[in-house]
Amino acid sequence: MEVEKMKQRFSTLIFVLLTITAAGAAQERPIAIVGARIMPISGPEIADGTLLIQGGKILSVGPAASVTLPEQTRRIDATGLVVMPGLVDTHSHIGDVSGADSSDPIQPEVRALDSINVRSAQIQKAQAGGITTVNVMPGSGHLLSGQTLYLKLRDGSTVEDLLIRRPDGAIASGIKMANGTNSMRASGPPFPGTRARSAALIRQRYLEAQQFRAKKDRAAQNGESPPDRNLALEALVEVLEGTRTVHHHTHQHNDIMTVIRLADEFGYRPVLHHVSEGWKVADELARRDIPSSIIVIDSPGGKLEARDLEMHTGATLERAGASVAFHTDDPVTDSRLFLRSPALAVRFGMSREAALRGVTLEAARMLELDHRVGSLEPGKDADFIVLSGDPLSVYTKVLETWVDGVRVFDRSNPQDRLRAVGGWGAHHDFDPQMGGAQ
Amino acid sequence: VRAVPISVLILIAALPLAGQIAVRGETVHTMDGGAIHDGVVVIDGGRIVSVGPWNEAEVPSGYEILSAKIVTPGLIDARSTVGLTGYLNQPHDQDHVDPTEPIQPELRAIDAYDSRERLIEWVRRFGVTTIHTGHSPNALISGQTMIVKTWGDTVEDAVIVPEAMIVATLGPAAFGEGGKPPGTRPKEVALLRAKLLEASSYSERMKQADVSKHPDQNLRLETLSRVIAGEMPLLITANRAHDIMTALRIAEEFSIPIIIDGAAEGYLVLDELERSGVNVIAHPTMVRHFGEMENASFETPARLRKGEIPFALQSGYESYVPKTRVVLFEAAIAAANGLAFEEALASITIDAATILGIAERVGSLSPGKDADLVLFDGDPFEYTTRVTGVIIDGRLVENEPF
Repeated sequence: MEVEKMKQRFSTLIFVLLTITAAGAAQERPIAIVGARIMPISGPEIADGTLLIQGGKILSVGPAASVTLPEQTRRIDATGLVVMPGLVDTHSHIGDVSGADSSDPIQPEVRALDSINVRSAQIQKAQAGGITTVNVMPGSGHLLSGQTLYLKLRDGSTVEDLLIRRPDGAIASGIKMANGTNSMRASGPPFPGTRARSAALIRQRYLEAQQFRAKKDRAAQNGESPPDRNLALEALVEVLEGTRTVHHHTHQHNDIMTVIRLADEFGYRPVLHHVSEGWKVADELARRDIPSSIIVIDSPGGKLEARDLEMHTGATLERAGASVAFHTDDPVTDSRLFLRSPALAVRFGMSREAALRGVTLEAARMLELDHRVGSLEPGKDADFIVLSGDPLSVYTKVLETWVDGVRVFDRSNPQDRLRAVGGWGAHHDFDPQMGGAQ
Repeated sequence: VRAVPISVLILIAALPLAGQIAVRGETVHTMDGGAIHDGVVVIDGGRIVSVGPWNEAEVPSGYEILSAKIVTPGLIDARSTVGLTGYLNQPHDQDHVDPTEPIQPELRAIDAYDSRERLIEWVRRFGVTTIHTGHSPNALISGQTMIVKTWGDTVEDAVIVPEAMIVATLGPAAFGEGGKPPGTRPKEVALLRAKLLEASSYSERMKQADVSKHPDQNLRLETLSRVIAGEMPLLITANRAHDIMTALRIAEEFSIPIIIDGAAEGYLVLDELERSGVNVIAHPTMVRHFGEMENASFETPARLRKGEIPFALQSGYESYVPKTRVVLFEAAIAAANGLAFEEALASITIDAATILGIAERVGSLSPGKDADLVLFDGDPFEYTTRVTGVIIDGRLVENEPF
């Protein structure tokens, strides 16, 4: 009898849990955000817009009069507020990420995936800043510090809950490379001590990857057994085949050109990161259509390679016709203040449109996720943020952050607010299932 | 008579002179009484002559007239290290701390300050006209601070107060390198108290009428004697609530003037701070919220204001990137997080001047004060607003929008 009761209770509990999970994940009932000024990024602003979402996807977006709401639609009034796509951060170190160790300057087999702590307060803070998609990377102390990881900042209890899957099922990620002084070490081999040696070391590894790929192809053609698995070379082959994007830390103009030279030699397209001196080679970047993810720092220097860092980098690249996105490099800049970066770029001459694209659609393009995120368009993921005002104003607050149709940050919730402004305990690891938004 | 070389003449001509200028603003935030709508500040000989509404002002003929949407007093950064820390961040331009000894109050900022450092020009372009700068919070007592204008070829040209405060630090930031003492908080306090006792006894013996009984002159103790005598405050960096309480305990024991720097957890001990009557130079709002600063908040300034603690804002010390923060930006985040606009502006103008003891010269647009002004093309705190002009001692030193 007792056992039977327990069984019953247990199955009820499971039923309840399943229902909650289904509601959270699939979001069956349509939701309409109404009355807001909507900035779809892919098109002109809509003064009084409606954003209709269902099942984690955007159904439609447009002027209030043009969007028909299905029956049973839950309406959320956002009159006087601003709605725009969730922000995409192309370069961050949140989630206690780590990569390569000090045994080798080139470690393509190492994955950020195997380090992420999804309960880290850093992830909560990024949600509070309106970031919904992020490229989490290991550092720049290596020529190649490992595979990066693209995450959607869903509330999850394992890293698997936050992953992004490619159409073929592969985990979306890139690879992190660096040149210049960060990846050189005075301690000597195996680390390089000069720029030329840095380039030679990585070229040697790419040559090995080319040979490995040729062997594999030959074996396949001849019906022979493939060469032994090699985790490092397999990752580099993905770079050569264009399925794994190289995210390349680089500052000085000569180092930027070295990245391009390397990419040309081995036939891949890199995304440049930081590019403090990108303004010196803006025409070159535009002519070759090389995208740059830039950082906005409050003053030049701090290291020799950033001595010529300029606030007008974004404007100069835009004027030259080059592709520009922004990144936080969290903890270098704070994820909660990500919108400050495009705003300061506008102060120094960048157009408002390009600056906002640089934290949304252009950033998504650099992660090859622009078919899913970065703008508010039917069919795309329901990732958006609700702002109290203009996105480029210091006074504007991120009020809500939604990922896949689920609200993951709500400033009116005291737990979430603590993450947003800081204070006692704001840094503690946190279980999103136990509190916060939803 | 020797001919003056032409190059010298050109140099003199290129220097902005302290002119006769009238600065008209759609809004003039005087920080001395209310803001003036369509106001004007009249400047002559490096000083402010008058401040008032444009339609009531008498601007003598021949005055250069500058216009801006918003006019404020020159901004004051209540705590920085620029000039001792250079932007290249290489050993040759880092003079903010000597790690060989934990207590070195005799190290003067004026003996290190590089008046031509690029970071000084950088913050000046954002409207910062006065900085309280010096040794960094990286040793128990790292040295002294000074107060300078952000204009001048030499430190002598720039300086307002050559020896302003003595920099002390509590917590792990002041632990010795490589196991050298101090290695714990109690050890820090024991070393500090012992040195203050030594300085007390030194100054007592120095007061004796019989000169033959005076101890040998000791630069270190002589400097600390000025703290004991109440002439120079100890600027104590304390961010954890218990470090703040330690600072108050030391101040009470030795009856010495202190200013609390940082106060990241100050919101936990507001009553104690209020009772002690100390002033606070609060941490930069955008300081990285981890390590000792893990409980820092964008709302620290608003919470200090609510607790009625007098405070100013600072750019602070940065070891890497950004090599300096900009106090205007730090105040902007305070203004966006619960601090009223006028209060945020006060924290980088008149309140900073008052806490630094230089309010008779700077911090507000008042007749007789130094003619330090900033011109903006919009709300000074908005990210996209630009500084369109900076005036120091009546000289227009910046006029490129920034």
